[in-house]
Amino acid sequence: MGTLFLNRKLFIPKPKKDNLTVKSGVYMIGALKNLINKFLRNLFKKKKDIKLGLYGPPNGGKTTLANRICKDWLGEDMGEVSNIAHETREIQIKEQISIKSKGRELDFNLVDTPGIATKIDYEEFVRAGMKEKEAKQRAKEATKGIIDAIKWLDEMDAVIIVLDATKDPYTQVNITIVGNLQARKIPVLIVANKSDLKKADIKKVQAAYPQYNVIGISAKYGQNIEKFYEALFEIAA
Amino acid sequence: MVTFQFVPYYEIEDLGSARRVKKLIDIVKQNKIVLLQGRLKKEEETDLIAIAMEEVKGKFKGIELAVINPEEKGQNGMKKMRNNFFNMVLGDRQGLTIIGPASVVKDIKKDPTKIELLTSEVRRR
Repeated sequence: MGTLFLNRKLFIPKPKKDNLTVKSGVYMIGALKNLINKFLRNLFKKKKDIKLGLYGPPNGGKTTLANRICKDWLGEDMGEVSNIAHETREIQIKEQISIKSKGRELDFNLVDTPGIATKIDYEEFVRAGMKEKEAKQRAKEATKGIIDAIKWLDEMDAVIIVLDATKDPYTQVNITIVGNLQARKIPVLIVANKSDLKKADIKKVQAAYPQYNVIGISAKYGQNIEKFYEALFEIAA
Repeated sequence: MVTFQFVPYYEIEDLGSARRVKKLIDIVKQNKIVLLQGRLKKEEETDLIAIAMEEVKGKFKGIELAVINPEEKGQNGMKKMRNNFFNMVLGDRQGLTIIGPASVVKDIKKDPTKIELLTSEVRRR
């Protein structure tokens, strides 16, 4: 609401001094109208059109989590997963997911985004076993995917940041994503994924982002998934 | 040989977001490592990543980025208040931003007391 209020202020012309009273009346009515419109639009948005984004670095398990959510509530998968990074290179949306927890219901559109990275090297895909031509194409699509994911940040109503709990949580990409969402006042839930692996360190992720709710899960095996759904209500409801 | 270019904050202070990002990317594309006094705005950091991705072609494979911010960790009470005051006065001048071409800088590791820049080995014939 803060941003909307700021925008409203920016677009309304200042009244001139000579007919200040009349114009400030019009100004106030206009402002009130805008405020009511935006309130109603937000109310509508909250009920029907919540966009819940899955963000994070590549190979954190965003699509695995998207598949888990879709399987649990729609009975179908959302996208392909792979051990090679940048498997998801396009924004994928699953509409009208309805989840239930403790007598509450939450409807949202789930947006799975390509992993955000600062560099793409096709040779890494070649090393992972791809042919050069295929690897170059994958790299090209991956760069476009990252740009799209960043562009879509503005569209989100709430975001789940999916981090690989076996890796260093304090990378600049993670910090940049979190900071950006904070600046845009978008509610964030951090998921420390792959808790089934021995190397997973959920406490380290929690220590890196103490201002956020961090839930340790295994999207692949569904560990702690109930707690995750409960936390989802906190940020998106 | 690795080249560092120091960019004082006043050089980007009056530029709009797009020109700030472009200026930094242009330096990085010359295979130089940028040491920027202070930090970019949060939105500019993501813009920097997006622009770097748009520029990926041939030998340019993107960037490595690290922001060292004095307010990040281990502060409480008076220290935090003092830093908040400096932030108010100095704005984004505090801290240091390192941006390097991914073909030169393999990784940047940071902890509160040191920064490790892992560069790729340059072989000469």
